[in-house]
Amino acid sequence: MSANLKRSNAPIFWLLFGAGGMLSALLGPMLVFITGIAIPLGLILSPDAMSYAHMQAFAHHWLGAGFVWVIVSLFLWHAGHRIFHSLHDIGIHAGTTAKLICYGIPLVATIVAARAALVSLT
Amino acid sequence: MVLPARRQNRKESRPAMSEIEKTIPIEVLRYRPEQDTEPVLQTFQVPFTDDMSVLQGLQYIKDYLDGSLSFRWSCRMAICGSCGMMVNGIPSLSCKTFLSDYYPAGLRIEALAHFPIERDLVIVMDDFIEKLESIKPYIIPKTPRALSEGEYLQTPAERDVYEQFSSCINCMLCYAACPQYGLNSKFVGPGIMALLHRYNMDSRDGGAEQRMELVHSEDGVFNCTAVGYCSEVCPKHVDPGNAVNINKTESAKDYFLRFVMPKGSNSGAAK
Repeated sequence: MSANLKRSNAPIFWLLFGAGGMLSALLGPMLVFITGIAIPLGLILSPDAMSYAHMQAFAHHWLGAGFVWVIVSLFLWHAGHRIFHSLHDIGIHAGTTAKLICYGIPLVATIVAARAALVSLT
Repeated sequence: MVLPARRQNRKESRPAMSEIEKTIPIEVLRYRPEQDTEPVLQTFQVPFTDDMSVLQGLQYIKDYLDGSLSFRWSCRMAICGSCGMMVNGIPSLSCKTFLSDYYPAGLRIEALAHFPIERDLVIVMDDFIEKLESIKPYIIPKTPRALSEGEYLQTPAERDVYEQFSSCINCMLCYAACPQYGLNSKFVGPGIMALLHRYNMDSRDGGAEQRMELVHSEDGVFNCTAVGYCSEVCPKHVDPGNAVNINKTESAKDYFLRFVMPKGSNSGAAK
């Protein structure tokens, strides 16, 4: 066997994956319902609820900006990790390229979303 | 004499094999290295009674149809863990699986998945044994203890923490079930993780730190993608998937806290 005892850096990605998974399970369906069904069809919420003015006000508040940043980045970390492991499952063995793409996109998105959130607050 | 009379009765109620009319087709994956270049399926028609296990079906083949058929077995009662094989593609103990459940369609028996085949249904288990040895599957005392100090005492609550994981019989069904072990056999795997956890959780043990190095490593717990089939096929109701999950959390905690926690307090375990 001769195990490779080099310490794995997987906990970083596993925790981001876990946090994103928890959030997407709790909030994902609700967000799909609000943004994709309720508002376009005028169910429960008024069609005006997601107007530009409302959304701008939402993103300009530190709580709203933080919410958008956390949702965008953690959902992507979750998806990236899931895709990375699914590629392995279907026989595309995760090399450096797969790792760079699957974790690079969430990393870039996290930085871009953080910057956008900060800009909207100032 | 009561005994001979009872025996007589039993004989009458149970017909000899030659009088049994029901037969079932059993397809067996054969591999005889001296004549087969690759494993091939061979079908046997086996007479059976409703109380016969798949293992007994194989024993019938070996005794009456083809003496060259090779398979491992010992206890016939799901204790020894020797007779694991794939029954219709599902990792099973053949002594705990019954022919009547496959009548009349028949069944296919193959060597345990994800292991090299030595001969017929006998697999090469070196990888599993080496992993088993590497985790030091025995109690490592926290401090040297003299005989005069007497036995270790353990409360029922302390025992409950690890008892479930101590039921493992090393049958390797969970390895045949684990898709990640199938893709990468360097992965420590479910059964060994259950045993490792069993010793780490034991109040008498002080060896967690030595064992956790493997858990944290590239070949460790993070190869698991939480499929959970290992726990489903376990014939002893061990939950290796749970042992892996608990140790993912422990390993992640240790990864980030190892620099701030005093040595020894965090590396092993939620004791």
